Amino acid sequence: MIRVVLPLQLCNLANVSREVELQVEVPATISTVLDALEVSYPALRGTIRDQVILQRRPFIRFFACGEDLSLDPPTNPLPEEVASGKEPLRVVGAMAGG
Amino acid sequence: MSKVRVLVGTRKGAFVLTSDARREGWEISGPHFAGWEIYHLKGSPVNPDRLYASQTSGWFGQVIQRSNDGGKTWEPVGNKFVYEGSPGTHQWYDGSQRPWEFKRVWKLEPSLVEPETVYAGVEDAALFRSSDGGQTWQELAGLRSVKGNLWAPGAGGMCLHTIIQDTDNPKRFYTAISAAGAFRTDDGGQTWQAVNRGLKSDYELADPDAEVGHCVHSIAMHPSRPDVLFMQKHWDVMRTDDAGESWHEISGNLPTDFGYTIAVHSHEPETIYIVPIKSDSEHFPPDGMLRVYRSRTGGNDWEALTKGLPQSNCYVNVFRSAMAVDTLDPCGVYFGTTGGQVYGSTDSGDSWAPIVRDFPPVLSVEVQTLS
Repeated sequence: MIRVVLPLQLCNLANVSREVELQVEVPATISTVLDALEVSYPALRGTIRDQVILQRRPFIRFFACGEDLSLDPPTNPLPEEVASGKEPLRVVGAMAGG
Repeated sequence: MSKVRVLVGTRKGAFVLTSDARREGWEISGPHFAGWEIYHLKGSPVNPDRLYASQTSGWFGQVIQRSNDGGKTWEPVGNKFVYEGSPGTHQWYDGSQRPWEFKRVWKLEPSLVEPETVYAGVEDAALFRSSDGGQTWQELAGLRSVKGNLWAPGAGGMCLHTIIQDTDNPKRFYTAISAAGAFRTDDGGQTWQAVNRGLKSDYELADPDAEVGHCVHSIAMHPSRPDVLFMQKHWDVMRTDDAGESWHEISGNLPTDFGYTIAVHSHEPETIYIVPIKSDSEHFPPDGMLRVYRSRTGGNDWEALTKGLPQSNCYVNVFRSAMAVDTLDPCGVYFGTTGGQVYGSTDSGDSWAPIVRDFPPVLSVEVQTLS
């Protein structure tokens, strides 16, 4: 089971608590996690990545195990701690503006 | 007894203001979608409890919300806006060409006749239609074929902000784009023509009389006379009596003819309202006095409406979609400001009172008169 922590705005949009759990086939990647997330919560389609080209939105970042994974290829396997559910994948709205 | 519902979109959420026909006491619901920019909300004329809202964010993109109970509860619907075919390019500020890229929905216009049909005006400028209540969207791409390569963004972006359906002929629509101009279709959106003859954009366009490229800020129509349109252009207040075939200026005695919004009285088709703004570089009322101007003669002769509005030290703006009228008698007029006030008048503009004073900056105001 993969744990995903969402920003507050997306929790409100999808009507979920701050952390959701998803069943994702191995090897889990950012792409497969987002696929599962969007199937379970269709309201999130287009809010984290583009719906057509699947590119991460510019002000969205991905963190796990203290590392910024945002610039890694989204098909890279996630760290074992995330794949095993020990650590969550964090979807974060980047700090921007005043 | 009739009821009035005012739909307010702000920089930080949506609000629904409700009153009985006296329009004295207001029940306020919101913020809905707190923290998100709500560019526009509008109710269906066919089913007034069906509302749509454009919810957008620089972080999380575009969401479309739909309500079937007058705004008490909402559900997200389709937010996939894909330009038809190869999107092509449009003009950028420096004259270079830049690819079309979807950014947000500025306007949602439910059909006058079909309960599940709604239109969306977007940035970068294009028109989309949904025939399933907002679940899926298809572009009416014929619009962008009208010299779209010469359209350019205004200061607020290249947005399609006005969608008007002809009350007599539901296949005729008008749209307006900053900065491209006004356009008309007579076949439900398949083919379009520019309707900008008579607009003059000195200092803004290399050819002031160009077929496209004009910075139209908003257009209003009275449902009883669909061939008559009133326009607030970047500068100039304009009028057409022949469905856009030709426009003439009606700025008359206005202190400045720069502004964003324009509205028509619900029972008097020759009575129109604007809020003059000082200039394109100073987006606030002249002399710090918030004045609505009313013409009862279809333009040229304007009177300042000041009673109940701040007449000193007021430096707010009123955006293009932030004024609307109800259909009660006397006509109610409403507008919202970037200072977070929503003002209402229950006597056709003779006097005004704030309904709220401290909302986030107001992006849009729409009114529903409910029986």
